[in-house]
Amino acid sequence: MADLSAVRADGLVKNFGDFRAVDGIDLHVRQGEIFGVLGPNGAGKTTMLRMLATLLPIDGGHAEIFGVDVRREPHRIRQLVGVTGQYASVDEDLTARENLWLFARLQGLTSTRAKTVADDLLQRFDLQEAAGRPLSQFSGGMRRRLDLASSLITRPPLIFLDEPTTGLDPRTRGQMWDTIRELVTDGSTILLTTQYLDEADQLADRVAVIDRGRKVAEDTPDALKTQVGDSTLQLSLADGADIAMAANVVRRVLGEDPVLTPESGRMKIPLPDADRAADVLIGLREAGLGISSVSVAKPTLDEVFLALTGHGADNPQLEAAR
Amino acid sequence: MTTRTMTPATLNPQRVDPSTVVARTTPRSSLQETWVQILAMAWRALKKMRRKPEQFFDVLIQPLLFTAMFAFIFGGAISGSVSNYLPVLIPGILAQTALTVCMATGVQLREDMDKGVFDRFKSLPIARIAPLAGPMIADLIRYGIASVLTLATGLFIGYRPGGGVLGCVAGVALTMIAGWSLAWIFTWLGTMARSAQSVQGISMMIMFPLTFLSNAFVPAETLPGWLEAFVKVNPVSHVVSAVRDLLNDGAVTVEVGWAVIGCVIVVLIFAPLAVRSYSRKM
Repeated sequence: MADLSAVRADGLVKNFGDFRAVDGIDLHVRQGEIFGVLGPNGAGKTTMLRMLATLLPIDGGHAEIFGVDVRREPHRIRQLVGVTGQYASVDEDLTARENLWLFARLQGLTSTRAKTVADDLLQRFDLQEAAGRPLSQFSGGMRRRLDLASSLITRPPLIFLDEPTTGLDPRTRGQMWDTIRELVTDGSTILLTTQYLDEADQLADRVAVIDRGRKVAEDTPDALKTQVGDSTLQLSLADGADIAMAANVVRRVLGEDPVLTPESGRMKIPLPDADRAADVLIGLREAGLGISSVSVAKPTLDEVFLALTGHGADNPQLEAAR
Repeated sequence: MTTRTMTPATLNPQRVDPSTVVARTTPRSSLQETWVQILAMAWRALKKMRRKPEQFFDVLIQPLLFTAMFAFIFGGAISGSVSNYLPVLIPGILAQTALTVCMATGVQLREDMDKGVFDRFKSLPIARIAPLAGPMIADLIRYGIASVLTLATGLFIGYRPGGGVLGCVAGVALTMIAGWSLAWIFTWLGTMARSAQSVQGISMMIMFPLTFLSNAFVPAETLPGWLEAFVKVNPVSHVVSAVRDLLNDGAVTVEVGWAVIGCVIVVLIFAPLAVRSYSRKM
């Protein structure tokens, strides 16, 4: 096997009727890395993942996982990939332990071995106390953990995580991140989708940005962020009439053009580096320009999108969710 | 909630090595693996039955209600008296009850398939037939309960099967086999339809002609010629005739052979159709 990259996809296409959900995406995931697919709702992230996981037929293009053809040998692919969906794919009518036991049996473990593995996973994912309870009493975070545990029974070399932390509170999200990082130390490769730049930044070695079924960028999270500036300095001037002068100061200090909102006397300044905020503020004081408010914000997915595609992420919920 | 710290040394003695895993993969599940998978799915269905006993409603009520109702309403008109009608009716009701249970199989499968866990079943390296065949094995229990209850109700209102205990056991067994075989039709519908309600609707349209356009409740000879022709090829008629021969005479007749052949044909046609439509619906 010459090519043992974890995922190699060329020109993936998926149509739903007239709508082209995935429009020729190339993807190359190396072994042992966490690869993030970043994009807003409806960008085609989940569709792409489902095609690679043999859950949706591939309409066009070619995909291989560890050198195995996804279209031709779906059964082999299913032995290589563990899938954790956006919505917990566990049985609501069974207990956590029963779920794990069932999935283990289905994958050919003996009954005794299935019990051992189920108990190990319950312990590892901090679910042993709830193991015998019906899932209806589980919190969202517990369900996600059980779902992830279910994907790890046979320790697949590639793990797909579809928006693993969407809808989780910040603390549970942090725990999920730790768990995901641990998986990679085992030698697994992870392909995850997310709507949060922050999450891609925290976890992924490399990120592909997907928009309307196309890949618009692929790079390390750091490189992506520098395209929009590491962070943004937002200023409101005490006197809106000073805005042109203030813009000159910014240009002189940073060599960049600020985004102006003259009506309200506000400006947004992309910063290559958060430290430079001080330089701008000092420059403004030296020029005698008063400021009524100031804040430094990290780039949002929306801004990355704007920078990469020239339009926003088209998702009003996105900002609210952050 | 405590912070989880994993200890790779104890829980994961080895790192995952993709090339070894790739080398170990198989192109499809072996027969033995498939059988284990079907049994695991049957186990799941049994667990669900135990937790949701309300789904036994149909197999408990229908045998009691329909047996008594049909016997007292049609008995005099069709056979002169209730006791003369019972040997005709009981096998008919057995078949009808089995078909009702079949219908529930299709509806429940459709409901089940809409749940998130089916995504996981699809993503696992398991034979595509397992999620369909598993619940059907568990459903054998439902056919058994329904058949025994129907027979018991018949005995209670005066039915005396001439075939004796052996004949009754054989009759119930044949009903279960027939129910399980015909259930593949409804399973296929379950994999095709958009919603559980539509499965219910379509199943009704299939079930009523199959039971009423058969010899289940009336002798076929009393029907107009064109209808009699359909009734005679209806597999349900053969099952009913076969069960009658077993229950009333304790005789393994040609009809029993036809019933079994009919069942095998139904399975051979509809099981592959169901599996294909299920695998496509991904």
